[in-house]
Amino acid sequence: MIRDDHQAGPTLTSPRSNGARISLAHGGGGQLTDELIGGLVLPRLGNGLLNELLDSAVLPLDAQHRLALTIDAYVVTPWRFAGGDIGRLAVSGTVNDLSVAGAKPLGLALSMILAEGLPQRDLDVVLASVAQASSEAGVPVVTGDTKVVGHGQADGIYLITAGVGVVPTDRRLHPDSIKAGDALIINGPIGEHGLTVMLAREMPEIDSVLRSDVAPLNHLINRVMTRHGGGVHFMRDATRSGLAGLAADLAKQSGRHITLDEAVIPVRPEARHAADMLGLDPLEVANEGKVVIVADRNQADQIVATMREHELGKQACVIGWVGDDGDGICELNTLIGGRRIIQKPYGEQLPRIC
Amino acid sequence: MVTEALKRLREAAAAIDRPVKFMEVCGTHTMSAFRTGLHSLMPDNVQLLSGPGCPVCVTAQGDIDQLIELAADRDVTVCTYGDMMRVPGQRGSLAAARAEGADVRVVYSIMDAVRYAAEHHGRQVVFAAVGFETTAPSTAAAVLEAERQNLDNFSVLATHKRVLPAMKALLESGKVEVDGFLCPGHVSVIIGSEPYRMIVDDYHKPCVIGGFEDVLMAVALAALTEQIRDGATALVNLYPQAVTRRGNIVAQRLIETIYEPADTRWRGLGVIPQSGLVLKPSYQTFDAARRFELSTPEDHDPRGCLCGQVITGRKTPHECKLFARVCTPIHPIGPCMVSSEGTCQAWFKYNRGGLHPTPLTTGATRQ
Repeated sequence: MIRDDHQAGPTLTSPRSNGARISLAHGGGGQLTDELIGGLVLPRLGNGLLNELLDSAVLPLDAQHRLALTIDAYVVTPWRFAGGDIGRLAVSGTVNDLSVAGAKPLGLALSMILAEGLPQRDLDVVLASVAQASSEAGVPVVTGDTKVVGHGQADGIYLITAGVGVVPTDRRLHPDSIKAGDALIINGPIGEHGLTVMLAREMPEIDSVLRSDVAPLNHLINRVMTRHGGGVHFMRDATRSGLAGLAADLAKQSGRHITLDEAVIPVRPEARHAADMLGLDPLEVANEGKVVIVADRNQADQIVATMREHELGKQACVIGWVGDDGDGICELNTLIGGRRIIQKPYGEQLPRIC
Repeated sequence: MVTEALKRLREAAAAIDRPVKFMEVCGTHTMSAFRTGLHSLMPDNVQLLSGPGCPVCVTAQGDIDQLIELAADRDVTVCTYGDMMRVPGQRGSLAAARAEGADVRVVYSIMDAVRYAAEHHGRQVVFAAVGFETTAPSTAAAVLEAERQNLDNFSVLATHKRVLPAMKALLESGKVEVDGFLCPGHVSVIIGSEPYRMIVDDYHKPCVIGGFEDVLMAVALAALTEQIRDGATALVNLYPQAVTRRGNIVAQRLIETIYEPADTRWRGLGVIPQSGLVLKPSYQTFDAARRFELSTPEDHDPRGCLCGQVITGRKTPHECKLFARVCTPIHPIGPCMVSSEGTCQAWFKYNRGGLHPTPLTTGATRQ
C-alpha cells in the first residue's frame, strides 16, 4: 500500500495531509521547499509582497527611495570550510540578497543561536569572520541578539542575519521585466561553495584545492548598476539549488523559454572532479558568490567587460539567452550539441551508489 | 571527438534498414545519456534502452520493506547510501522513518558505518548493502574489518546482485528484443571483460564495454551499430583504461571470501538463479536479517507502478499511468523515480516526462 500523501500527488496542500512531517529535503531550497512554502506558509501569511518570493521584499519609503528587507538563517555543517565559514556566509548571503534587489545595503542585524558547550574561541573565530566580511562589504552589523540552547538541542552555532537597504524608486528589477532576447550573465565559475562544504562534510580525508566562493557581491553589482543600470532587467544570486534552480525559476517566473549553453558555463576542473566523485551535477550545487544578471542583449558585452574589471567578476560571461517561446521551460544545449531540460532540483542532495 | 563518433554512429545506422535496439545495464550510463543530451542526437532507427542497471531500482520491494522495518527499531542505526532514502516501502520510506525519529544516516562509504559502530557500542548499526559487483567488494572489506575489530554491533542487510545472470535471464525471457549490449564500465572494472563472452557466444549479441563520458558512450554506441551493419558479433572493450580481461582480482577474492552466489529476487525479473550474493555460513553472524529475525520479504510492487517493466526495457516511463501524473521526483511511487540513476527520474528530469520538444529515441516513443 502506498502512503496517502503519495497518492495525493504533487498538490500544494499535500504538506498538510495527516501524518506528513518536515523532512530534510524541505529545507533544500528545491521543489520540495517551494511546495512547503506554497502549501503551508503562503496560505497563512501570503500578501502582495511575500507572494513574489523574491530575495528581498521592496517596500515603499519616500518619493526617491524604496526599502529592501531580507532575512536568512545559516546552519551549515561544518561551520568552517575551505574559503570561509558560517560568519562570512551570514554576512555575504544577506548582503547579496539585498544587492540583487538593486538595493544599497545599509545595515545588518545578527542573531546567534549557540549550543551549550561551544568553545568560546570558535565563536571568536566566527565573529572575526563576520567583522572581516562586513568590512569588505562596507555594511556594518548594527543590532543583534544572542540565545543559548542546551547541549544537543542545536549543532554548535547557527546564525541569522537580516538586512535593510535602499533602492532608488526608478530602479525596477522584476521577473516581469525579462524580455525575449535578453542575455543571462554570470560573474564566474559555479558549484564551488556546495562542493567544498560537501567534501568537508562527507570526505574530510580528501585534500582538494577547491574553495568556497562565498563573498559579498555588493561592490561588483553596484558597479554594474551604476554604469549599466538601465540595461539590467533582473538579478538573482545562485545559492541553494544552484544555477539549475535559478534558471528554472527564471523561466517559470518570466514565462519565457530560457536556453543555457553548457560549453560556456564556467566550471573549474577541481569542481568538476569533486562533483563526479560525489555524484552531483555542478549545475545543481550551491554558490555563495555568484550572481546571474538578466540584461538587454545590446548591453551584455559592456556589462561583462565591467564585471571583469572587478576581482569577483574576472570570469564573467554570457551563459544563455531568453527566447521567444512563452513556455516557461529552461533548456540546456549540452557540450556535445544535444539538448535537455533543466529543472529545479528536488531538495536534499543525495549521493548516488556507484 | 564526439562529433566524429556521432558521425560514425549515424553513417552506420543509415546503412541498416531496420530499427536497432541496444541496452545499457548501468545507472550511470542511463543518467549520462540523458544529462549529456546523447538521446537527442541518436539516429532515428537506433534506440538505447535502459536495462536493470540501477542498484536501487532492481532491489525487490520486500528487501526495501525489511530495511524500513529495521529502521523502526529504536536500538538500531541504519546506515545507507543516499539513493535508498526515499524509496517507498509498504510503510513509508527511510526518509520518513528518519523524520519520525528513527536513526538513519546517509554515508558515502560503508567504512563510515563500521567506524560509527566502533564508536557507539551501545547501538546496533546495520548497513543497507545494495548494488552490483561494484559495491559488493567494499561490503566484504567492511565485514572483514568488523570481524577483525570483533564488532558485535555491526551487520549488513545485503542484497548484492550480479549483472550477468540478469542479462542472461532477460535474453531468455524472450520479453525484450535487444540487438546488443552497452556493457557497464564500473562493474566491468571488477569482473573484467571476459564474462560477457558468454553473451556473445551463446546468445549471439554484440557486447561493447564503454565508459561514461559523452565521448566514450558515443564511441561505444558507434561500435555496436557498426557491428550490426557488418553482421558481426564480437566482444569489444572500449574502456581499456579501466577494464582489463580478468578484472580486479583483489576485489573478486574479497567477494569470494565472504559471499556465495544464491537465487535472488529482482524487481521486474523475479527470482534469477545464482544472481545474488549472500553471506557464507561462516559470516552469517553479520547478516542483519538473521540477527534481527526479520520477517520474510513479501513480493509485491506498488499498485500501478511499472518500474519492473521499465527496468527490463519492456515499457517506457510514459506508458505508465502513474508517470508524471501521480509519480514525480518529489512524490515518487516506484524506485525508478526515486533514484537519480532511475530511468523514470531521468525521463522526468531531463525530458520533462516527454513534454520536451526534442524527439527522444527511447523505447516506444516512435513505435
